[in-house]
Amino acid sequence: MKQLLAKLLVLSTTVALLVSCGSKDNVAPRGTDNVVSDAASKTYVKPGEYDEFYAFLSGGFSGQLSVYGLPSGRLLKVIPTFSVDPEKGYGFNEETKPMLETSVGFVPWDDAHHPELSQTNGETDGRWIFINGNNTPRIARIDLGTFETTEIIEIPNSGGNHSSPFTTENTEYVVAGTRFSVPIPQEDIAISEYKGKFKGALSFISVDKDSGDMGLAFQVLMPGFDYDLAHSGKGKSHGWTFFTTYNTEESNTLMEVGASQNDKDFIAAINWKKAEEYIAQGKFKEVPANYVNNEYSDETHSAVTKRLNKVKVLDPVECPGLVYFLPTPKSPHGVDVDPSGEYIVGNGKLSADLTVHSFTKVLDAIENKKFEGEAYGIPVLKMEDILAGIVKEPGLGPLHTEFDGRGNAYTTFFISSEVVKWKLGTWEVIDRQPTYYSVGHLMIPGGDSAKPDGKYLVAMNKITKDRYLPTGPEMNHSAQLYDISGEKMKLLLDFPTIGEPHYAQGIAASKIKSKKIYKLEENKHPYVAKTEADAKVVREGKDVHVYMTSIRSHFAPDNIEGIKVGDNVYFHVTNLEQDWDVPHGFAVMKARNAELLIMPGQTETLLWRPQEPGIYPMYCTDFCSALHQEMQGYVRVSPAGSNTELKWSVGEVDEE
Amino acid sequence: MKKVILILSVLAFVACGGDKKESKEKESSKTEKAEKKTEGGRKKNSKGIGPVTELKLPETIDESMAAEGKKVFDAKCTACHKPDKKYIGPAPKGVTKRRSPEWIMNMILNPEEMLEKDPIAKQLYRDNNGAVMANQDLTKEEARQVLEYFRTLE
Repeated sequence: MKQLLAKLLVLSTTVALLVSCGSKDNVAPRGTDNVVSDAASKTYVKPGEYDEFYAFLSGGFSGQLSVYGLPSGRLLKVIPTFSVDPEKGYGFNEETKPMLETSVGFVPWDDAHHPELSQTNGETDGRWIFINGNNTPRIARIDLGTFETTEIIEIPNSGGNHSSPFTTENTEYVVAGTRFSVPIPQEDIAISEYKGKFKGALSFISVDKDSGDMGLAFQVLMPGFDYDLAHSGKGKSHGWTFFTTYNTEESNTLMEVGASQNDKDFIAAINWKKAEEYIAQGKFKEVPANYVNNEYSDETHSAVTKRLNKVKVLDPVECPGLVYFLPTPKSPHGVDVDPSGEYIVGNGKLSADLTVHSFTKVLDAIENKKFEGEAYGIPVLKMEDILAGIVKEPGLGPLHTEFDGRGNAYTTFFISSEVVKWKLGTWEVIDRQPTYYSVGHLMIPGGDSAKPDGKYLVAMNKITKDRYLPTGPEMNHSAQLYDISGEKMKLLLDFPTIGEPHYAQGIAASKIKSKKIYKLEENKHPYVAKTEADAKVVREGKDVHVYMTSIRSHFAPDNIEGIKVGDNVYFHVTNLEQDWDVPHGFAVMKARNAELLIMPGQTETLLWRPQEPGIYPMYCTDFCSALHQEMQGYVRVSPAGSNTELKWSVGEVDEE
Repeated sequence: MKKVILILSVLAFVACGGDKKESKEKESSKTEKAEKKTEGGRKKNSKGIGPVTELKLPETIDESMAAEGKKVFDAKCTACHKPDKKYIGPAPKGVTKRRSPEWIMNMILNPEEMLEKDPIAKQLYRDNNGAVMANQDLTKEEARQVLEYFRTLE
C-alpha cells in the first residue's frame, strides 16, 4: 500500500511538473529577449527627478486623456474630458456639468481617439492639447497650464468624429472629418438609399490664437465615403489638409467585404486656404445645424453652454480647386506628412506596399490638369503622376507613420505586430522590431510636427495577452517604449494604459508651463466665499445655498441646521488654500452624486437632495494634513414643512 | 542549538534597534530642554529660516502700509487666525513683542521649512495641536504689510 502511494505520489508530481511546464510555455510572454541589457538604466528616473518628456495618451473608450512621463512610463494624471469622473467630480459638480452638454442633452461618455498638441510654425508649443470625441461628434481643448478640459465643441452633420482633430501649422484650425457618412441634413430614409444620399462632412474648427476659443468655421460637403484619418500639411504643403477615405464603394452592409472591393481608395486633399477665399467671396451656403460650444472659465471656475444653429457649408463641385482626390491603395488608414511637408504617406492597410505621394508632384499635376477622371465632380489625380515612392512589402497591415527628423520614418504594422523603420527618399527598410501585440498607433514626441524630438518611440498595442500578470479576461492595453536614437530600435519598457490608447502626443517637459494654484483674488465664481467671514447659508424657497470655505483642517460653516427634506442644497465650497497641491475634497452622506475635489483658490458646487430627516456628516475626502480626519461637520435635516430655524456656525461652542 | 543562536541574534538585533531609538529620543528631549532654558532672549533674537535675513523696523508705524496688511490678513489668514484670540493658530496680537520681524515674515513666506527646522515653529506646531501653518502664497511685499498690521495690534 505504501509502495503504491509512493508510486502515485511520484506519478502525480511528474504530471504536475509536466502540466506546470506546459502551461508556463503557454503564458510566458514572447519576446522577452528583445529587451536590451541596459534598458533599466535608460528608463530609470531617480525618485525626486523628473521625466524628460510628457506623453499624452488618449483614453480611448474611457473618454479621458492620460498623461505619462517618458522614459519612466509613470502615470502622472488622468484628465477627465468626455466622460464623467467621480474621482474629480467632473460632470458631477454643477460647474462642469455644462461641459458634457450636447444638442441632445447631457452625455456622460465618449470614445476619445486622437490627442493633438497645438503648434506654432509647425512646432509643438505646449499651450493646448485637443482630442476628438468619436461617438457624439465633438472636439475638446485641454489647457496645458491647468491640465484641465477647458472647452468642448460639438460637430454637427457628422456621423462619428474620427479623422480629427489634427492641427494646421499654426493651429489656425483643428479638423473634424466624419468616419460614417449620413444624410445631410439628417432625414428618415431607407438605409439602402446610401449611395448618393449619404454625405461626409469635413469640418474646419478655427482656434483663436490668443485665447484658444474654438469655432466651427466651415464644412466641406464630401461624397458618402468613410473619412478615416487626417493630417495637415506643413512647410511647403501648409494650407492643405489630407484625409484618408475607405468605403469609396459606398457599401452599407457587411463592410468588411463591401468596403474592401476597390484596389485604390483616395486621400482627399483639401486646400483650406482656397476654402477661406470662397468663404470670403460668399460662396457658401449657410445651413441650419444644432450644436453646442461649452467653455470653462478659470475665473468663474464654471462652464457655460452656448447653443449654435448655423454652419457655413462649401460644396466642392461649386468650388473648383478646393478638393482633389489622390488615388491610394488600399483602404488607407493613417495619412502622415513628413516634417518637410513634401511626403504624404498613405498607410494602405489592405495593401502589400506603402504608398508615398509627393506634394510637389501633386501641385504639378493640378497645375497641368493631369486628371484621370472625377468622382462626384471632384478631380482625381493619376497615381503615377504624384507618386514619390513605394516601400515594397514592408510588413502586413500598415496603419500609421511618424518621423524622427533625421530622414527616417517609422510605420506600425498591425497584422505582423511590428514597427518598421525606413528611409524617406530611398524607401529602403532599415530596421524592424516586434511589438506585443497588434500595434495600432505609434508616437514620437513631435513626430507629426515639423520638428520631431526623435529620441523615443511609443508603440500602442491593441492586445496585451500575456505581457503582465493576468487580471481576469480583461487586460489593460499596453504601450511599449523604444529607444530610437541609434540605427536600430531598442525595446526599453512596457507600461499599461488607460482605456484604449489610440493616438498619443509627446512634448519636451521644458515646453510646458504648469500652473500651481488658482489665485483666490481672481476667483469670480458667483457663489464664492473668499473668507470665513463670507461663509453663510441662504434659503431661496426650496433652494438652499451654502457658501462654504475649506482650509487645513476645517470647513466653515461646519454645523448647519434648518435644512428640510425636499430641499435642493447647493454646497458651494471654496478652497482658501494658496499652496501647490493642497486640494480639499467634500462629501456629504448619501449624496446621490460624487465628491468635490476643489483646487486651491477654486470654488465647486455639489447638489444634495436629502431624503430623510436626521444628522448627516460631511467630510474632506482628500487627506490634507495631520488633522484631516478632524475635517468634518454636520448637517441637520428636518422633515418637510417643519420650522427648524436656519442657522450655521463654525467654532461656536454652546455653553448652556 | 543553531536555532537558539538564531533566536538570540534576532533578539540582539531587535534590542539594538530599540536602544538606538531610545537614545535618539533622549537626545531630542535634551535639545528641547536646552531650548526652553534660553527661551526668552533666544526667541526674540531668532530670525527663523527663509528669504528675510535682515529687517530694521522704523520707530513709527506706517498706517497706510498697515491698512494694506489688514486687507491681506483678512483675505488670506482669517480662516485660521483671529487678531486677538487663539483660533486654529495663535493670535497675532503681541507677536511683534514675542518674535523678531524677520521670524514673522519667514513664518508667513516659508512655513514648510520653518515647521521642519525652526525650533520655535516646531514647538508652536506641537502647542497648536498639530495644525500646520499654511503657505498662502503671499508676496514679500504683502508679508511686510501684514507685519506692519501686526504692529498695530500691540
